[in-house]
Amino acid sequence: MYFLALKMLFNDKAKFFGIVMGVTLASLVITQQGSIFVGLMARTFGVITDMNYPDIWVMDRKVQFIDDTKPLTDTKLFEVRGVPGVASAVPLYKGMIRARMDNGLFQNCNLYGLDDSTLIGGPGEMIEGNLADLRMADSVIVDVEGATDKLARAGKKPGDPKIPLKIGDTLELNDHRAVVVGISRGSRTFQSQPNIFTTYSRAVTFAPKERKLLSFVLVKAEPGENLETLRARITERTGLAAYTADQFKLLTVNYFLKYTGIPINFGIAVSLGFIIGTLITGFMFYSFTIDNLKYLGTLKAMGTSDTTLMMMILLQALSVGCIGFGIGAGAATVFGISMGGTQLAFWITWQILVLSGGAVVIICMLAAMLSVRKVVALEPAVVFKG
Amino acid sequence: MTTAVPTQLGEADTLGGGGRKLAVRCRNVVKNYGTGTSVVRALRGIDLDVYEGELLMLVGPSGCGKTTLISVIAGVLDRDQGECTVFGQDFSAMNSRQRTRFRGQTIGFVFQSFNLIPTLTIAENVSVPLLLNGVNRHAALKKAKEMLDVVGLGQRVQDTPNRLSGGQQQRVAIARALVHDPRLIVCDEPTSALDHETGHKIVELLKGVAMSGNRSLVVVTHDNRIFDFADRIAHMDDGQVDKIVGSAKELYGPNMQSAQSGGGHS
Repeated sequence: MYFLALKMLFNDKAKFFGIVMGVTLASLVITQQGSIFVGLMARTFGVITDMNYPDIWVMDRKVQFIDDTKPLTDTKLFEVRGVPGVASAVPLYKGMIRARMDNGLFQNCNLYGLDDSTLIGGPGEMIEGNLADLRMADSVIVDVEGATDKLARAGKKPGDPKIPLKIGDTLELNDHRAVVVGISRGSRTFQSQPNIFTTYSRAVTFAPKERKLLSFVLVKAEPGENLETLRARITERTGLAAYTADQFKLLTVNYFLKYTGIPINFGIAVSLGFIIGTLITGFMFYSFTIDNLKYLGTLKAMGTSDTTLMMMILLQALSVGCIGFGIGAGAATVFGISMGGTQLAFWITWQILVLSGGAVVIICMLAAMLSVRKVVALEPAVVFKG
Repeated sequence: MTTAVPTQLGEADTLGGGGRKLAVRCRNVVKNYGTGTSVVRALRGIDLDVYEGELLMLVGPSGCGKTTLISVIAGVLDRDQGECTVFGQDFSAMNSRQRTRFRGQTIGFVFQSFNLIPTLTIAENVSVPLLLNGVNRHAALKKAKEMLDVVGLGQRVQDTPNRLSGGQQQRVAIARALVHDPRLIVCDEPTSALDHETGHKIVELLKGVAMSGNRSLVVVTHDNRIFDFADRIAHMDDGQVDKIVGSAKELYGPNMQSAQSGGGHS
């Protein structure tokens, strides 16, 4: 009977495509919007992802996310280095600086100061130049987005395209001369400012004068050291907060979830996808059942139990659910792949697929429930009424 | 309120007056629709026997309760009072599952508008009762094709119902009603959607094929042109069986010709 139930569904092509379309739409919107949301959220911790060296990030206890730096005194670095289980600890400066453009305008930039000796915390990928060139006088590395856009020089004539920064060009950072020695590429972040990398000692000279300038201490644990134990030990000994990279990412994401309207905005889009998908699917599936009510009544009269009829309807609903989910999630994935390399934030995860699949199952169950109620209430005697 | 009767009747209870075995036994069957002042008394104490191997036609004007009566006999509608057994089994003593199973095993249905599922092939339509009785799909389709051969549609097994004429569709419906070898067939206006000649052929087929296995047929019809096929005709009026006769002639007496030429009752 279940095979026949599927044939009844598949052979009613108009209804079948209508129902699948509803599920596909819901699945597509939920998967796509969910992936963009996750992609955006992942950008909030892009810097943490790129700096894959440290096992533990040490910072002021009041830090709420990666861009919320609360400077420490340089002595904190030595305190951390003195904690048992720490193999190495390097400083990281992270702050904002103003770059003066050749046309006289200013551009705010993110400035990263890396440990002078190890250069740990550098950009994810070097496109031009070499990270070690940061040891040259006044040297900086600029990320490619900044070099080609916000820090690019104006064309020779008005209307001419901008001229990207290249190795050897100079910048003026907070009244200090800086020479570009490399162009890098890193994960996109939530901020739109260009990223500039230099050494820690140079960064603190570039940076506006403050009493405390150390943003983070990046810790590598000794081999075999339990990170949770080490984390607790660092906090106990130094009074600073210490997080693993994943914990710091989570802290950052939670801040954005809590204090920005992003989840609500995406939640509305996802909810709309769910509601519209449910309405279309529910209506079309109910309409399909109503169209077949006479035949379901006939089956009932001929000896089909309510349980079998319910299972037939559920099977039909789940079948269109699987097909619609497959098409919707597939289309969202193709969309994501085709938009790769653009500004679009898109990160499809298994959790999103599970969420989208779960939503589709709920949609199908709701649609089936409407139909099941009708079929269970159907008097088989109705088939004798012509 | 239904009358409590034993589910399984003794042999004596299943024998009619002439010693013939009873397929259906109805006594004082009452069925009302609605309540209070708007109550419609569809069946007002029906007494009716249908014997094994018999073709009984239920005739009468529209609204006289014919369809309600076969619905009660077929176990798709609960009676309010009285007693009704099919091969000694009382539907009211069964639970829903038992009733559904009994109906699926014992009764074949032929409907006025065929009720073939349009999205399935005719072979699949015919295989439904077998599938309901636990036959596997392959065997059910094989048996369905054999049955379609019997009704002369063996070459059309892969067609869907909408590619067939009304007469052919009713043949498919007959094949579906017979494929699982039920002991009782109930037919609701099997010829009303067909022209005279096709309707005649359909009843001829129904009688020829269905009656071959000592089955019982209860046919509700308005079509007095097929009365000649009946072993007995039960005439209903206002929710009661007022006359049971052996032939159309007995039913209409000297006015039979005019009754036949005038079409059905209304």
